[in-house]
Amino acid sequence: MKTLADLEAIRKKTLEQVTLRKDEGGVRVVVGMATCGIAAGARPVMNAFMEEIAKRNLENVTVTQTGCIGMCRLEPIVEIIVPDKEKVTYVKLNPDKVAKIVNEHIVNGNPVAEYTIGAAE
Amino acid sequence: MKELSLHILDIMQNSIVAGATLVELDLAEDREEDVLTFSITDNGCGMSTEMVETVVNPFTTSRTTRKVGLGIPLLKAAAEQTGGGITLSSKLGEGTVITASFGYSHIDRQPLGNMAETMLGLITSYESVDFVYRHRVDTEEYALDTREMRQMLGEVSFAEPQVMLWLSEFLKENEAALYLVK
Ligand SMILES: Nc1ncnc2c1ncn2[C@@H]1O[C@H](COP(=O)(O)OP(=O)(O)OP(=O)(O)O)[C@@H](O)[C@H]1O
Ligand SMILES: [Mg+2]
Repeated sequence: MKTLADLEAIRKKTLEQVTLRKDEGGVRVVVGMATCGIAAGARPVMNAFMEEIAKRNLENVTVTQTGCIGMCRLEPIVEIIVPDKEKVTYVKLNPDKVAKIVNEHIVNGNPVAEYTIGAAE
Repeated sequence: MKELSLHILDIMQNSIVAGATLVELDLAEDREEDVLTFSITDNGCGMSTEMVETVVNPFTTSRTTRKVGLGIPLLKAAAEQTGGGITLSSKLGEGTVITASFGYSHIDRQPLGNMAETMLGLITSYESVDFVYRHRVDTEEYALDTREMRQMLGEVSFAEPQVMLWLSEFLKENEAALYLVK
């Protein structure tokens, strides 16, 4: 069973191994999590991003949720913000599409055009 | 919504939009008394009495991106269709408490669903918001308080992959353990 004491060890290990992530400078994955997004399946999409990023131990990538992005019919919506690049908005996502986005966009720097808002409109 | 845990996520998201720095969730399943209840308490901006009265009515909301707020009316409908209901009390500048109760064995009650996923996303997304979560199933119970966890973590963030993985396992184990005792 996991206990809070584990966190102490994780803290030490993390501080030894990595330069702490900063609020700026990293890649941000933002998942729309208002009522319309949640109803359309945004939570498992967010979870898939978190798992994929944790599994690959990608430092300096943060996954967060936010309120309404304002395009209910295109939910679940995810924005990926890479420093110095234009924000990319993915729409109508599901967990199966996530690994490809992490691999091609976040790791290799090439947005997956077929899932973006441009392709949907 | 397919799961009550999605309603819970949605209602807690309201607290965050309201600027809360502390959000408490109390969730209790009393199988003998045949009731499932939860309450969400926040220290966000609160609502005026007028707003509270009208918020369960889908034709009132203060958001600007879309005219109609759905979250609370959906929760209300979900609770009422099981013979339960919601109460909402709030005070401007102080915070909000919303409680919902459901007929546990009612055929129209949605399953609770994945509470671990709901809490994981919230805790790792909002570094400046603390969460207290208690979940009880009959006599089995567990609780977490992110303030205690932050103390252990020091300057290390919940968004750190190793912390995220630990929290995910912690939540899954504790949720599962609640249902082991018959
Ligand atoms: N915890 C809270 N604190 C302060 N105000 C709240 C809180 N919860 C709800 N409200 C107010 O009530 C309104 C209606 O909430 P509701 O969840 O029904 O819809 P919404 O959040 O506006 O939109 P949606 O949930 O459909 O994305 C909100 O816009 C907000 O003004
Ligand atoms: Mg809402």
